[in-house]
Amino acid sequence: MNGIATLSPFDLSLAAILILALSGLSLLMGLGLVRSLLVAALRTVIQLILIGLVLKAVFAQSEPLWIVVIALTMLLVAGREVMARQQRRFKGWWGLGLGTSAMFVSTFSITLLVLLVIIQADPWYTPQYAIPLLGMMFGNTMNGIALGLDRLTQQAWQQRAIIDARLALGQTSQQAIADIRRDSVRTGLIPMINAMATAGLVSLPGMMTGQILAGVDPVEAVNYQILIMFMVTAGTGFGTIAAIVIGARRLFDERQRLRLDRLGPGRYSRQ
Amino acid sequence: MVDVAAETPVNQLDLIAVKAGDLVAVSLTVVAGECLVIAGASGSGKSRLLRRIADLDPCVDVETGGDPSFDTGQIMLAGVDHLSYSGAEWRRRVAYVAAESQWWFDDVASHFETLPESEQMQSLGLEQHLLQQAVSRLSSGERHRLALLRVLMQQPQVLLLDEPTASLDPKATLAVEKMIADYRKRYQAAVIWVSHDASQARRVGQRHFCIEHGQLIEQGRVP
Repeated sequence: MNGIATLSPFDLSLAAILILALSGLSLLMGLGLVRSLLVAALRTVIQLILIGLVLKAVFAQSEPLWIVVIALTMLLVAGREVMARQQRRFKGWWGLGLGTSAMFVSTFSITLLVLLVIIQADPWYTPQYAIPLLGMMFGNTMNGIALGLDRLTQQAWQQRAIIDARLALGQTSQQAIADIRRDSVRTGLIPMINAMATAGLVSLPGMMTGQILAGVDPVEAVNYQILIMFMVTAGTGFGTIAAIVIGARRLFDERQRLRLDRLGPGRYSRQ
Repeated sequence: MVDVAAETPVNQLDLIAVKAGDLVAVSLTVVAGECLVIAGASGSGKSRLLRRIADLDPCVDVETGGDPSFDTGQIMLAGVDHLSYSGAEWRRRVAYVAAESQWWFDDVASHFETLPESEQMQSLGLEQHLLQQAVSRLSSGERHRLALLRVLMQQPQVLLLDEPTASLDPKATLAVEKMIADYRKRYQAAVIWVSHDASQARRVGQRHFCIEHGQLIEQGRVP
């Protein structure tokens, strides 16, 4: 095969017909998904075209400031998304701050480590490496933290009588919530562990598929995929654990009393 | 404060201007070995008061606004302010027993730090083998008595009982009353007992209170 089969707008609109077909079926079955499906598809097109243009410009300049701006934008959007997915979220700045800061610490430290020690590009912040890696990190860490925090706050709410009874028996707040905390971390990490366990057997990971389609040697694509999966799993793990540990503390006050009043309703909650 | 502690008898619970929910600030003393019964309509603040004493709720109801970190009143055990202990340490001394029992492990025994002996089980009309059973197989009465035993095994100095016999039949009710009376006398524990049942109040209590219009009113003392 010589080079890459480039995709024309016509090719992409053929693919879009599939989405329209799905919307039609959703309409027939009364699933109520048409609107969200079409809006999401439209967002995909617009957002990806925009980021494609931005990346082209940034790659051409290799200006560190732009990389910082893009990274921070990704962080804030991901943080907002984590907050939006909570059925019961922490009130005030904690709602946005908890997920965002956990993501900030785990994502940036691991990406930095990989760029400096493993990839060793010159300069280390070369945008062709830094931005895709950060993107992969944010996408997955966001999911882990969102799932874990949602589990934590939901379980604490549902099991409030049990937590209360354990506190009344003289358990410390961290003993009283230990089971829920463990369960929440597990919930955040299981998607990544499953993805690692089935990688290449059940599905070919998206990044690797993309590289192979774009004409890269499969063995080279595999090497990068392994690197990505390890760093993404570590990032998700550390980020989720940090968010859950801090979140579990925030559910109690200095007298070790359960403080569910620190949680408010989220976007999807029905009250 | 050290002097006060030295002079105050062990297991004496002192409340000084303690606020809980809509209740007017409460001041009272429960001496060691005494059982004080509180009656009052549902929603009058009995549970709130007990939970406040156990330091399970912040003082000001944060749902209606107000600064939740602002605690008023003083709660003291044997002359020592509850704030001298961590929340967990305080609740080991001053145990709150809710009207409904809660279980979080599959089997009964895992919920006990030290397992009760067979005489203790028998005095409550419970078979020893219940400890090895799954919680889901117990009747609600059995669960409730075991939950009470779970608290007593930790030997708290003060018991705060929130309608502890509401879900029990008359026979089990009497067994629980006797068990608590025995515990109170043996360990000189101070007891605050919330009860709707007037005849039970007469059986178990030495001092009687009721809550009316947000006020805790003393109604009488049985010698």
